[in-house]
Amino acid sequence: MRELAYYEAKFEALEEIMAADERVHLINGTFLSLSPYRHVYQNLKNKYGDRMISPPISELGFCGLATGAAMAGLRPVVDLSTGSFIYEAWPQVANEAANAFSMSGGQTRVPVVFHLFHGLRGGGAAQHSGSPQAMLWNCPGLEIAIPSSPRDVKGLLKTAVASDNPTIFVDHTRLLDMRGEIPDNDKPIPFGVADVKRKGSDVTLIATSYTVQVSLQAAAKLAKENIDVEVVDPRTLVPFDLATILTSIEKTHRVVIADETHQSCGVAAEIAARIAESGFDKLKTRIRRVSTLDVPVPYSPPLEAHIGPSESRIIDAVRAAVA
Amino acid sequence: MFVIRHFEENLVSLHDKGVFGGHYHLYVGQEGTGVPAISCLRSDDYLFTTHRNHGHLLARGAEPKKLFAEILGRADGLNKGKGGSFHSVAPSLGFLHSSGVVAGIIPLSTGTAYASKAQKNGRITVCLFGDGSLEEGAAPEAFNLASLLKLPVLFLCENNGKYGAGRAAAAAQSSSMAAYPLTDLPKAYKIPAQQIDGMDAGLVHATISEAVTKIRAGEGPQFIEAQTVRYPGSETNWPTVPQPTDTSLAWDVSSVPEKAREWYRSCDPLLIYIRELAENEQASRDEIAGIERQVKGEIAAAVEFAVNSPYPKPEEAEKDFFA
Repeated sequence: MRELAYYEAKFEALEEIMAADERVHLINGTFLSLSPYRHVYQNLKNKYGDRMISPPISELGFCGLATGAAMAGLRPVVDLSTGSFIYEAWPQVANEAANAFSMSGGQTRVPVVFHLFHGLRGGGAAQHSGSPQAMLWNCPGLEIAIPSSPRDVKGLLKTAVASDNPTIFVDHTRLLDMRGEIPDNDKPIPFGVADVKRKGSDVTLIATSYTVQVSLQAAAKLAKENIDVEVVDPRTLVPFDLATILTSIEKTHRVVIADETHQSCGVAAEIAARIAESGFDKLKTRIRRVSTLDVPVPYSPPLEAHIGPSESRIIDAVRAAVA
Repeated sequence: MFVIRHFEENLVSLHDKGVFGGHYHLYVGQEGTGVPAISCLRSDDYLFTTHRNHGHLLARGAEPKKLFAEILGRADGLNKGKGGSFHSVAPSLGFLHSSGVVAGIIPLSTGTAYASKAQKNGRITVCLFGDGSLEEGAAPEAFNLASLLKLPVLFLCENNGKYGAGRAAAAAQSSSMAAYPLTDLPKAYKIPAQQIDGMDAGLVHATISEAVTKIRAGEGPQFIEAQTVRYPGSETNWPTVPQPTDTSLAWDVSSVPEKAREWYRSCDPLLIYIRELAENEQASRDEIAGIERQVKGEIAAAVEFAVNSPYPKPEEAEKDFFA
């Protein structure tokens, strides 16, 4: 067992992926946004510069380039950096990459990864704080991975690159600093396997991405009130592991979903619908969502903090669920 | 050229009889570009095409019966009925993806070209699109990428709006581009660009051969605008056949309705080519008519095959959207 920072685990994965498979090319960005750790990208570039390109600011163009290259047998990993920038590439991601395998009758494979940092990052305002994963979940043909820990980012990134499908890799800059354990001989983490991040018996708290860490802090505080929270992290939205969630609810009979996408048609909405359809009889109280409020993300710190799935909002929702 | 012409004339008749629904587009009138252009390629080169793909696929050797079956939504179609007219593909022939979004393939074509360059396999990519494609932002983004990265790709713009029946020459391009002539756009990105008569099969062959040689030599992308005159049957919202084609029309168009007569007299690339063959004594009128009879028979058999092909089972809709 080793302890690594999240960004170190992520780059260990990238380095191992680049070393193991020369079909992997990195397109755009540094996979670390504007974080102070960007120098590690340069280390990678010194080694594998011939398989890394810094294209012009043409999200539509370079996402198309990556998609076409994937069709021809490469395994491109594109860094869109800020999640909202994928809107500039929407036609290539949602209308070409997502559809190609189906439209071709299962002939054309598109093993491309679109990596992005979603969510509230502190002063990002409305155009740099997007969480496009809910919209993308509405595009059949895309796999969506959303890690929340050093171990998960490493294991899921490897599976994303190995996948024969177009995959959205949804990261969060607020995770880059966190430290966590990496098991010895760590392996790729299969898609569609949720992870119980904290065992508990009173409430099932389903959370994704950075909100998993916020939820774990909330759970620690709630434990002092003798509320025992089980935190479940789906880790991938597509494919989605409903079974692990239903097993948890069978025990707790209560569910809160905390996630940074906007509330309407958001990730929490879809998870709530699935639980309502398949596990309604297990519930003792209504499902509660803690999502980002349905407003464009405001700039000012107290405004931004007000709309997100904060620790206090999560704690309130859990308390209400057990009341 | 005969295969494309009789394929599509039969297609219009199948649509008019209600054998298939949905919109579709004809390639008729552009055979003088696609057929010689595609004959200049290696068997392992990549091609991308649009909603106007039938001619390109047939020119490359796709089986008419499987293309008919695809357009009719049948199980024996090229894409098992998942793609239809807009998205027919044939990966074994180098067609990985056909997009119904007019500029969708232009970034994708830079991707296969990027992959070929990385894989050092000598393959080039030919991207076949219409003049309207240049109106979408994907086109200039892709031109910029192709030029900067010196990618082995031929952008072959088939301008089918040079002057339609009754239009003044060069006055009525169908696209709405401030960059005019259209070659101004690729030239702004330092891509060598030229305009040629797309109805002159010999000229097209010579020009494309030269461009392909340069691209394969590593000189980077090339842009060619091949100008054709829009088929009168494509002037309407739904395709029509103003006059079924017959070799005899090459010398006598009196049977053609007056409105379309001029097109058949001077703008039909197939009839132009037939006259050339006869005048240069490369084939006699009887020999050409014999080839046409044979093609008509083959197309009739292909229609028969497609009409008798079963529809896919409804459950097939839930398959083949992930690899």
